[in-house]
Amino acid sequence: MTAEQALADLTEISSQVEAAALFDAKGKLAASTLADGEPFVRAVQDLLAAAAEARQGSLNQLEAATLEGSLFVVREGDSCIAATTGSEPTVALVFYDLKTALRAAAPEAAAKKAGLRRRTTKKKPEADGDAA
Amino acid sequence: MRRRLLPLLALLGAWAAGIALLRRTAAGRRERVDLYFEDGSMQSLSNGAPEAARLLPLARAALTAARGG
Repeated sequence: MTAEQALADLTEISSQVEAAALFDAKGKLAASTLADGEPFVRAVQDLLAAAAEARQGSLNQLEAATLEGSLFVVREGDSCIAATTGSEPTVALVFYDLKTALRAAAPEAAAKKAGLRRRTTKKKPEADGDAA
Repeated sequence: MRRRLLPLLALLGAWAAGIALLRRTAAGRRERVDLYFEDGSMQSLSNGAPEAARLLPLARAALTAARGG
């Protein structure tokens, strides 16, 4: 699935999401529901950089709730997705939808990760298969 | 005399209840930034915390950018 398709699915599934953008860790825009997603991604990157300074540790999710609305960011590896909603959204549901969209847009990275895990856990059954 | 006071007391009671409800709603809508980390920990920075004072304007700027402002 392309990044554009993943965002189209996201906005169709989640009525709470107003705008969303997919980008990489360096801020390179992959897809956006906005006509010009660059200023939005730049602003999100500034927020992520400030949040990283606020506390040590690897940040993978962020929710900023303001009176005007909420901003959500999910990061998995080098891929990021950011979205805006109205005020008082269903936080867990929005995070779930964003993770789903992010994984749909970056299947290669996810498959790579899963492949590494599978290789370590399925070592024994493979050996059994060869013997049979 | 008592009959005259009753509507006044009821009005005062309704006014006090209204004020309490408004305060509660405003508290529920307090601005905040929630940070979730890979180790499973979470930090909630409420409006008033120094970190939130730095992060909330950036979040507002992102929301404005998304809304084409």
